Amino acid sequence: MAEPADHITCEEVVALVSDYLDGALPPEQVELFEQHLNFCEGCGAYVEQMRTTVAAVGRIREEDLPADTLDRLLAAFRDWRRQ
Amino acid sequence: MDQVQDEQRTDAAPTDEANLITRLRNGDEVAFESIVSRYHETMIAVARSYVKSDDVAEEVVQEAWVGVLNGLDRFERRSSLKTWIMRILVNTALTRGGREARSVPFSSLIPAEEEEPLVEPERFRPPGAAFAGHWARYPHDWTTLPSEALLGRETLDVVKHAIEELPGPQRTVIAMRDVAGFTAEEVREVLEVSESNQRVLLHRARSRVRAAIERHLDG
Repeated sequence: MAEPADHITCEEVVALVSDYLDGALPPEQVELFEQHLNFCEGCGAYVEQMRTTVAAVGRIREEDLPADTLDRLLAAFRDWRRQ
Repeated sequence: MDQVQDEQRTDAAPTDEANLITRLRNGDEVAFESIVSRYHETMIAVARSYVKSDDVAEEVVQEAWVGVLNGLDRFERRSSLKTWIMRILVNTALTRGGREARSVPFSSLIPAEEEEPLVEPERFRPPGAAFAGHWARYPHDWTTLPSEALLGRETLDVVKHAIEELPGPQRTVIAMRDVAGFTAEEVREVLEVSESNQRVLLHRARSRVRAAIERHLDG
């Protein structure tokens, strides 16, 4: 067994960032992660980039469906309603 | 703890959901249109993991919607509406097994632990160097960019395209988690994958989308 880590590297921050944003890291790792962010500008920027990425992906759902897809589904809905 | 915050992502309150279900049962077209716009694209992304073409995925999703409507009266709300819809979708996709060669459980689609780098290794100081594993070159600070650079039409197209290009299982998980707002637990329930698979797939998907935005913004 390796000794318990007392710090993590930037490369490790990159590997953990998604779990960090999801609140899926155990508390002791959160502590190491945040300690690292306190002094590392590069990782601070990286975590922000990932946060922005998740927000941008979330905006896709606001897109409208193609009209023909919606028409087909509404036709199926009306068929079902008639039954 | 620092969670991803997004007001819109929270599930509808239970009474809203009950209300929506009642409206659907009563044949309310507006209610149907609203759940279709909310979940259709995600359903396509999920279906795409199970069948071999976009056309078949469209058919499976259409069939699943009919299954949803036919099942509405029997839906007992033991899971959320969207989880129930997605389970119908997955079952519809799997039922095509007889007709389609490639209808197999989701977990069997996940490639064995391939170690794709999440950020190009050359961005970090090499092992043995001073500060090994630390940035050789910092990522740019996006917070200073105007918001239209980040959330404008062009960037959203880059994001959409990047998601379409993802390997099927990654695309499915990011579509469910970050586009449609499913929780990790709901994803596991719908796709029958382990927590660690779910996390790894989401991580890889988000990392690839981030890299695509970075290429777009940094030129």
